Amino acid sequence: MTVPDAARTAGAASSRALGATRAMQRRRRAGSTMTVLIWAAAGLSLLPLVLIAGHLLVGGVRVLTPTFFTALPAPPGVAGGGVANGIAGTLVLIALASVIGLPVGLGAGLYLAEHRSTRLATIVRYLSDVLSGLPSIVLGIFAWEVVVRPSGQFSALAGGFALGMIMIPLVARATEEMVRLVPVALSEAALALGFTRWRTSLSIVLRTALPGIVTAALVAVARVAGETAPLLFTAFGTPYWSLRVDQPIAALPLQIYNYAMSPYDDWRAQAWGGALVLIVLVLVISMLARRATRSRFASASGGAVND
Amino acid sequence: MTDVSRPVTASAPSEAGSAARAHLTPAVALRAVDAAEDTRSGSAVPISTHGLEASYGSVRAVREATLTFTAGRVTAIIGPSGCGKSTLLRCLNRLHETVPSARVRGDVRIGGESIYAAGVNAIAVRRGIGFVAQRPTPFPTMSIRENVVAGLQVLGIRATGSELDDRVEEVLQRTGLWNEVADRLDGNPMSLSGGQQQRLCLARALAPAPRVLLLDEPTAALDPGSTQRIEELVYALRGDVTVVIVTHNMQQAARVSDHTAFMLAGELVEVGPTRLLFTAPVDRRTEAYVTGRFG
Repeated sequence: MTVPDAARTAGAASSRALGATRAMQRRRRAGSTMTVLIWAAAGLSLLPLVLIAGHLLVGGVRVLTPTFFTALPAPPGVAGGGVANGIAGTLVLIALASVIGLPVGLGAGLYLAEHRSTRLATIVRYLSDVLSGLPSIVLGIFAWEVVVRPSGQFSALAGGFALGMIMIPLVARATEEMVRLVPVALSEAALALGFTRWRTSLSIVLRTALPGIVTAALVAVARVAGETAPLLFTAFGTPYWSLRVDQPIAALPLQIYNYAMSPYDDWRAQAWGGALVLIVLVLVISMLARRATRSRFASASGGAVND
Repeated sequence: MTDVSRPVTASAPSEAGSAARAHLTPAVALRAVDAAEDTRSGSAVPISTHGLEASYGSVRAVREATLTFTAGRVTAIIGPSGCGKSTLLRCLNRLHETVPSARVRGDVRIGGESIYAAGVNAIAVRRGIGFVAQRPTPFPTMSIRENVVAGLQVLGIRATGSELDDRVEEVLQRTGLWNEVADRLDGNPMSLSGGQQQRLCLARALAPAPRVLLLDEPTAALDPGSTQRIEELVYALRGDVTVVIVTHNMQQAARVSDHTAFMLAGELVEVGPTRLLFTAPVDRRTEAYVTGRFG
């Protein structure tokens, strides 16, 4: 209470009730001020997302013609042209990255959760944190050294390998966290019924933790879908149609990068369109994956960790 | 205090009194199961522990416990929190050793055969023993029906759909759950109440027709009605299944058990017929506990 406030309260020789009312009013005022501030903070945190989405829509919708999805890139100055090979290439790269990243990440996460404090678990956990902190271009160099150089050419496989490396620590740590949320009593119940260790892990623990793991895997997919740096000297990109894993492959982020850096206006416009398509693509993949792995009892997906 | 001779049909008034229900009281249903169950042939087995020691890291939770659980009878293990009674129970189905840093010494014999002998597979041991934990643990990703048959399926039992359905109905009848869940067998077990979930776990434990049933404070988290149903079922299992029940609740021990073991700080203090242990305990510590002077 400020001094004038206090003086006024005392000077008015008002009843205690009046003082209490004043204090209450002050608290109300402080409360509503804080509420406004918190709303403002929440709004501010949404602002970048809204601005980006809006900007993408404004810049990208113009070029979204049907041919944009079906045509190959056109040379500068030639009307039309699209990103069909980039969409297909990104899907191939995501698939390759998931084939590499998901099983390894899941397995490592399960191991970390079930053998929490062994020496190996501590080392794996530490290294996986280091791996997730590495700049993605370093993983690109690694993939170049391990896949591109021995095979003698850029390839989708190399790109998928680099992206898979990025996924592994993300999936591993998220899996560990989700599996740890499954009560020990649940796996003990399975063991007591005569389930083997691995069957308990797979059909009880992993399945109970699945919704959370799927979310984490989707975040990882979304993350690698937009990666550009590790693809620069692995998948390399191509203006032609190719789905072969042993050949260079196009990718949306690479095309966006090339178009955006180009001096041609129509290419720069197509970069916006490509970015919009990339975001929608990630959104669609998330929705499909969620639907495919949806809990049978959707209303109680959180029930596992209740009680 | 103890009224072990009361009829198990005491639950009947609380159930829907249709004619169809009349023959479904636990005891009668159990007899029907026995007739159909040629593999078990009414052969309850005794369990004995021999100098059993169990520890977590450097903490010895059970010391030198030697006792026998009579075949086909209910034995209660009582004692204050942390006295090692749950650990002792978990040694009987080799569940204790699944905890990191847990160690077991000494021996446990079920039906005369050591379950800790070299070459004995812990998983095979557990398959013959039902276990129900303190908190309900239905598998949340499985339906109610799948929960009930989970233990049968790990046994690799190839039963036809109708045989399996019969089994599901039978154990759900015995646990008094059938009328409550018959119309939603493919539903979510997590939508059941706590008491229903616990009876589902009991049904799941009973479905493979175990010779031994281990209950770790099965009613500690339940309402009186569910507690009563579970106690009635435990009572009804006498004769065919050797039951060991860990409980905090001395009235419960008095109600359901034939024998009672009292543990204190990891030590097995006294074992005896329940009536005797509660009315004329030999050990002063037992007397102090059962008369409520500590614990």
